[in-house]
Amino acid sequence: MERSQLEKLALLARLNVDDSVFEEVSQGISQVLGLVEQLQAVDTTGVEPMAHPLDALQRLRPDEVTEGNCRDAYQAIAPQTENGLYLVPKVIE
Amino acid sequence: MEWETVIGLEVHIQLSTQSKLFSGSSTAFGAEPNTQASPVDLAMPGTLPVANAEAFRYAVLFGLAVNAQINHRSVFERKNYFYPDLPKGYQTTQLAEPIVGAGEVHIQLADGSTKTVRIHHAHLEEDAGKSLHEDFHGMSGIDLNRAGTPLIEVVTEPDMRSAEEAVAMARHLHSIVTALNICDGDMSQGSMRFDVNISVRPKGEEKLGTRTETKNLNSFRFMEDAIKLEVERQIDVLESGGKIIQETRLYNGDTRTARAMRSKEESMDYRYFPCPDLLPVVFDDEYVEHLRQQMPELPEAKRQRFMDSYGLSAYDANALASDRGTAAYFEAVADDSGEPKLAANWITGDLAAQLNQTETAIDACPITPEQLAGLIKRLADGTISSKIAKQVFTAMWEGEGTADEVIEKRGLKQVSDTGALEKMVAEVIASSPQQVENYRNADEKKRPKMLGYFVGQVMKTSKGQANPQALNEILLKKLEE
Repeated sequence: MERSQLEKLALLARLNVDDSVFEEVSQGISQVLGLVEQLQAVDTTGVEPMAHPLDALQRLRPDEVTEGNCRDAYQAIAPQTENGLYLVPKVIE
Repeated sequence: MEWETVIGLEVHIQLSTQSKLFSGSSTAFGAEPNTQASPVDLAMPGTLPVANAEAFRYAVLFGLAVNAQINHRSVFERKNYFYPDLPKGYQTTQLAEPIVGAGEVHIQLADGSTKTVRIHHAHLEEDAGKSLHEDFHGMSGIDLNRAGTPLIEVVTEPDMRSAEEAVAMARHLHSIVTALNICDGDMSQGSMRFDVNISVRPKGEEKLGTRTETKNLNSFRFMEDAIKLEVERQIDVLESGGKIIQETRLYNGDTRTARAMRSKEESMDYRYFPCPDLLPVVFDDEYVEHLRQQMPELPEAKRQRFMDSYGLSAYDANALASDRGTAAYFEAVADDSGEPKLAANWITGDLAAQLNQTETAIDACPITPEQLAGLIKRLADGTISSKIAKQVFTAMWEGEGTADEVIEKRGLKQVSDTGALEKMVAEVIASSPQQVENYRNADEKKRPKMLGYFVGQVMKTSKGQANPQALNEILLKKLEE
């Protein structure tokens, strides 16, 4: 796998692939891709792509409000909150 | 060179379900931040989404309303990107197998003509939360109340050729979703949001030009303005030898300007794949047919019915049929008064102006349909003149009661009684000898104009209550004597 490809993947996944592990990660992913390539040798003509490995259909729920306000409990584990908002590093474009 | 504009729309329609697409959190607007965000909406580990049946029902109703293919099987996929108001790191949406396939609608243009706009598809997806960028010590605030609210995204084909056509299409979709009652249509709360894809090409050219996308327009006026601005910009660039860059643009309604979003160093790659947490959703024919039976009358059919059974013009019919509340109000007034044309005039005229001015919704109109019908009856039977009717209308708006009550209380009854009118005419003639002489000496052709003076005088003494027709007759007779 080329360095630029791995760099792009890392950026899309927001992973910091440090130089010291770059080689190792690159080899690992190449192995996975090798496996996929092997799978692609199978003739799938006429086989419909699966959306899910389970042969079942989605059950739907009725349109009812079943959840209440548990903000305090959820925000107890948040690093920073203010006026009920979660605070995150500034993200404006 | 003559240029042709090509426009396609992506429309996000917020569904008015009680609960979210994949969780039992409330979707009510305006709650305290993060009080309507459950562990599913917050993407807590170990949670699983369960899809809302009502959202599917709404999507199928929409599909039927735009004459679209309803896909009996649809599949959710993950659209992966990172943004703090999307806690899961992906949006659950549909791509390869959306619930609604290709369709088409017929929009009415200002010149009375009709145009067909094709729908590419429409799919169900969840909304993101909201990022607030006010000053939180250099940080952004995140409210996830909106995260997971069900949306239908409608993608049209690039069939529109001007800002006017694009706005007519947007209004048409608005009238459909409000008629179906699947969206409250409140643009100020973001219930409908429009992304507009715009390109230009030399007239006669078949190949499409490079397009830009102007995102998140939330009013028809902004949409029209943003399109005109972008078309002008593209033509300027091309005519000065430049090239259009495919980019996303942001329009600012306050300054009426637009700018390109900072281009990403890496092009976006959403890496869609089927969501393993959700199974395919499948409906049978019976379900779809059952919903087809439940379809309310749609604006297109209503418009036609208003023309056929009430004798309205295409313009009036369109104006009244486009909004569910206005249409119901009109029908009540027209049926009660038996004067559909007068009803249409009052509702699209004085009533619409007053509602606009006071920013009142038709459902909250202080004048009931029965009251307006009462006013129209008195106007039609000659009890009051159209000038006095406006006075009565204002009084009714102020809550002074029914038209009959206002007319009685204020003594506004039109004077049609010949005796009373003759007396007033005699007084005016006696007090204006010069004008009477001028009139009698004047040429036949000039007389009608001169008559206006006398009409005005009698109207003054009668406080506008003289029956204009009867007055004219009496005046002519007396002046001839």
